[in-house]
Amino acid sequence: MVRFNNVGLRYGMGPEVLRDLTFSIEPQSFQFLTGPSGAGKTTLLRLILLSLQPTRGFIRLFGKDAATLEKDEITALRRRIGVVFQDFRLLDHLTTYENVALPLRVQGRDEASYRAEVIELLGWVGLGERMHALPSVLSGGEKQRAAIARALIVRPELLLADEPTGNVDPSLARRLLRLFLELHRSGTSVVIATHDLGLMDQFDGARRLVLGDGRLHIYD
Amino acid sequence: MALAGSYSAMGGCTFMIKRAMADSDPNAVSEQHRVIPRREVPLVPPDAIASRALVTVIAIMTFLASLTAGAAIMVNGVSRDWRQDVSREMTIQVKPTAGRNIDQDLRKAEELARETTGVAEVRSFSKAESEKLLEPWLGAGLELGELPVPRMIVLRLSVDTPLDAAQLRASLARLAPGAILDDHKLWIERLGTMSQTMVLVAVVIFFLVLIAMALAVAFATRGAMAGSREVINVLHFVGARDSYIARQFQRHFLLLGLRGGVIGALAAVGAFILASLLSTRWMANFGGDQLEALFGTFSLGAAGYVSTAVIAVAVAVLTGLTSRSVVFRHLQGLE
Repeated sequence: MVRFNNVGLRYGMGPEVLRDLTFSIEPQSFQFLTGPSGAGKTTLLRLILLSLQPTRGFIRLFGKDAATLEKDEITALRRRIGVVFQDFRLLDHLTTYENVALPLRVQGRDEASYRAEVIELLGWVGLGERMHALPSVLSGGEKQRAAIARALIVRPELLLADEPTGNVDPSLARRLLRLFLELHRSGTSVVIATHDLGLMDQFDGARRLVLGDGRLHIYD
Repeated sequence: MALAGSYSAMGGCTFMIKRAMADSDPNAVSEQHRVIPRREVPLVPPDAIASRALVTVIAIMTFLASLTAGAAIMVNGVSRDWRQDVSREMTIQVKPTAGRNIDQDLRKAEELARETTGVAEVRSFSKAESEKLLEPWLGAGLELGELPVPRMIVLRLSVDTPLDAAQLRASLARLAPGAILDDHKLWIERLGTMSQTMVLVAVVIFFLVLIAMALAVAFATRGAMAGSREVINVLHFVGARDSYIARQFQRHFLLLGLRGGVIGALAAVGAFILASLLSTRWMANFGGDQLEALFGTFSLGAAGYVSTAVIAVAVAVLTGLTSRSVVFRHLQGLE
């Protein structure tokens, strides 16, 4: 599904912030991406999402060489990936419903064709009563759940979540982790970037990708 | 509700999500199904102040473009009327010539003109009338009896039958050597050149106004894109194509352009109507004749109103296309 081969990244003429990354993310796998703050977890997720180009090495995404992809091909691949950003990245002028429906809307689908799906998903992440609220009046946890719902609405093959439990209380964090695990069991590959050891300890069976000093250490 | 319903978005994982989020209130779902979400909102965030400023700029530009186009149409129409009037008329000027009787020559020329095919009406100016024509240059109250004042015959031409001016000129030369046929060709050419020059200047001003407006829209689009960088990033991440994003901006600016265009066009039409009303007062004042000669009665006419409407729509389309082009270039530079 995702394969990195000796990937390195540097910004401008600076030192390499990520070096010699060689790993793969298999279909239906579950992994935590961890490491200290500033280790490059978000950067690695952006490389997977193809919003950054590596300065060396090869990346293959869904069997395609990332270096040779046209823009429309990148867009097509992104439609197979769900992303939960650390800072949510909800659009402030759209309601919760509209934010969650956004990935379907940009595919050109008619609103009537996905309305029921979005409303149902909002209900199941506990935002049924907040569907008309703008992000500015949502709590951190509500924003987090809206961001997760937006990532899930397209039934992604790969889910990338950047600190998805960073803004929620432990109880909701546990529920969200359960949600990710269920998604994984239903066939979605999940990558959760977190430095929350407590969260990772709740699922010992997960593979751990640990970033440190720009290098990646894998613990299966 | 109803755990009976299946959550289609997640395909087969309905019960997994239900289990995972078991603490949430599932009853909310059934309630919300009955709620109809609000109308699809634009993805480009509305920026009220910047939008108002751009609408104002577009309205002013449309107003100026419409005024320019309207003035050009009016001048062109008046010029066409002038030329038609002048081209339907010819004059025979009978000059006093030594050894010839001017009255006899005048009669011969008049008879010849009446017999000529293509002449609908002949009017001969009397000596007093001919002298009166010189008053604007020589002043009133002068005794012109001793001066060799030429005499005039005005020919009103037939609309249906063409006149052979060359033959008439040759016949005049034979019968009355002091008579000269003036077909006003020089005047018509001068009028034509003048009106064409004015129309050309108007066209240049019109396009300069449109270019200035397109530049203003381009700057506004760049500003909007800079302010919407986060929105564009999110749209990219959720799988929006560049063309989709460009369409969102195009729609946003098309609506702004349409609003500004309609306001500007309506203001221009109002200005022409006001000028038309005021022109009736101007006619009584000094210089009113000149204004009427140049612009007629300030009546825009059907062509003027249609062109103003076309300008309003064209402005909106130009605004949309400009923003789309700017957005595309910007997006191609990203990533």
